[in-house]
Amino acid sequence: MTAVSEVLARAKDEGRAALVGYLPVGFPDVEGSVRAVRALVESGVDIVEVGLPYTDPLMDGPVIQTAATRALEGGVRVRDVFTAVRAVHEAGAAAVVMTYWNPVLHYGVDRFAADLSAAGGSGLITPDLVPDEAQEWIEASDRHDLDRIFLVAPSSTTERLRMTTGAARGFVYVAALMGVTGARTSVGDAAGALVERTRAVTDLPLCVGLGVSTREQVAQVAGFADGVIVGSALVRTLVDAPDPDTGLADLRALARELAAGAREGGR
Amino acid sequence: MISETTTERLGRFGDFGGRYVPEALVAALEELDEHRQKAMSDPEFLGALAELHRSYTGRPSIITEVPRFAEHCGGARVVLKREDLNHTGSHKINNVLGQVLLTKRMGKSRVIAETGAGQHGVATATGAALLGLECTVYMGRVDTERQALNVARMRLLGAEVVPVDHGSRTLKDAVNEAFRDWVTNVDSTHYVLGTVTGPYPFPEMVRDFHRIIGVEARQQVLDAYGRLPDAVCACVGGGSNAMGIFHRFVDDPDVRLIGLEGGGEGVDSGRHAARFTGQATPGVLHGAYTYVLQDDDGQTVESHSVSAGLDYPSVGPEHAFLRDSGRAEYAPVTDDEAMEAFALLARTEGILPAIESAHALAGAMKVGRELGPEGLVLVSLSGRGDKDVDTAARWFGLLSGEEIVEAEQKKAEEPVGESAGSGG
Ligand SMILES: Cc1ncc(COP(=O)(O)O)c(C=O)c1O
Repeated sequence: MTAVSEVLARAKDEGRAALVGYLPVGFPDVEGSVRAVRALVESGVDIVEVGLPYTDPLMDGPVIQTAATRALEGGVRVRDVFTAVRAVHEAGAAAVVMTYWNPVLHYGVDRFAADLSAAGGSGLITPDLVPDEAQEWIEASDRHDLDRIFLVAPSSTTERLRMTTGAARGFVYVAALMGVTGARTSVGDAAGALVERTRAVTDLPLCVGLGVSTREQVAQVAGFADGVIVGSALVRTLVDAPDPDTGLADLRALARELAAGAREGGR
Repeated sequence: MISETTTERLGRFGDFGGRYVPEALVAALEELDEHRQKAMSDPEFLGALAELHRSYTGRPSIITEVPRFAEHCGGARVVLKREDLNHTGSHKINNVLGQVLLTKRMGKSRVIAETGAGQHGVATATGAALLGLECTVYMGRVDTERQALNVARMRLLGAEVVPVDHGSRTLKDAVNEAFRDWVTNVDSTHYVLGTVTGPYPFPEMVRDFHRIIGVEARQQVLDAYGRLPDAVCACVGGGSNAMGIFHRFVDDPDVRLIGLEGGGEGVDSGRHAARFTGQATPGVLHGAYTYVLQDDDGQTVESHSVSAGLDYPSVGPEHAFLRDSGRAEYAPVTDDEAMEAFALLARTEGILPAIESAHALAGAMKVGRELGPEGLVLVSLSGRGDKDVDTAARWFGLLSGEEIVEAEQKKAEEPVGESAGSGG
């Protein structure tokens, strides 16, 4: 069993949803992002999605884009992602990397998988790589025993839900809405319906993300999903902070709130 | 027959192409593919498109031989395919009319587009007005400034123009923003992608809508000269006008296909848009596996060109295939060389080309010298220079009053040689 599935199974035993938190490596700088991912773990986040900044993040809204751009301006490198992954692993949570495909492809798919595995990472989320194009990654993730976390969307047909979940391992990322990352005022009806449709075709755990930002929303989603993914809201605490210490304190406070939400809403 | 074997794997040209997109878009891409495949064999659709080409765009576009210009091309004969005479001023309308008709067929009410030089945005705004569709156009902030005239044109046509402030604030970032919009509004909206790149089926579909350029030109040259051209020159931003004119010649092995890229300040300066140089390697950008200007971490490197339409760090995947298979050649043309060709065509023939197209003309000057007086060169004049008058006037220091002083000062600071285009 890989770390991600262990964590998800444990949360299930505890009758709650797992909390998945996203932060990009390199923002405000590499050291600061390592401190931030540790803070997430200490505040009750079960799985950390370590974002690898990319110049053309076409599925990200303004908050994550701002952080990624600043990380790149600060000179973040692909290899820095493994530093953050190791920190999450050592802090006792599961780490997955979330990134667009080109940096992985350019680094070398097998080399990336080997380094991710060596750093204690569990797997990779690929927002712009669907299973149809993922043969090389499927083989590399098999070789290195890594989870392949593909996304399903409200527009996915039943046939595609079946194909995508069939190719996935660890969990399935259920995109709660049609759109890009960013906080929304409500989670919307699409998420619950999509979870139901996806459950009908797979036994894999389902984690819901995109637009979830508050304790109440986490609790709501925890009512029907195995995990709840929060990104932009966490990143925003760091983007908006007047200084790094305040940012870290705000991050901890929000993560604790969200973790409480994941317990309130458990199935 | 290269053209028959390129798409054996879904949407691939050899290794290039594919569909690297968020899952949320896959359904829309499949829907689009289904509709366009049906449409391309539906006499009603083809008839409607042909009628628009004839009565709205003004097709077939003519060919024009330019003997006075050709005197600077080693004596080779030079023939222009006049896409600049199309309604809206460039080849872009060919593709847009096809895509807006498809939008209607799919029952969608809104189109979005990205634009660099503004020509594709103008064409899309035009097609939207014609068919009563809502229209939003994304344009990098830098490009809204250097192509202000086209911003005004789009707004007059009823489109919303959204300046993009991310990244390099040019075409690449406009594409990102268009994709973001599309992911969010895909139910109501079709993304009229403006060139032969992006996820399958865009590269193939856009090429097929532009094939008419080469289909017409090949026949026109045969009729007028009784032979095929020795070389076909076209500028390559994403590569749509080039694919459009090349494709009908791919199976004519004696016809050289030459794509000219934005060489900017020279490939050694690092400030260029030459994707087929040592600095670019295959990778994924905007949904396709193709050549990309990227750093050693796979991050996209910003491109530079005097021409907004060529200022793009990636290129259509079929071009990547044609280049790696050796069927087509690609070469960079510097800003200086392009502007020299621009001025030359204007003064010798009374035609103001788009600065993009001026790159193709500079390519013709080079290949003409290789071919000599026996040579016959066909050039895709992809657009006219109206939108570029301001840029060109500044470049040549032709503005009055304060501006001329400014331009002169700039010239004094960084002298630009008169004979920049002489290197063969
Ligand atoms: C006149 C003209 N030619 C060429 C281009 C470059 O596009 P492509 O490479 O797709 O032909 C543009 C783009 O805006 C253009 O306006």
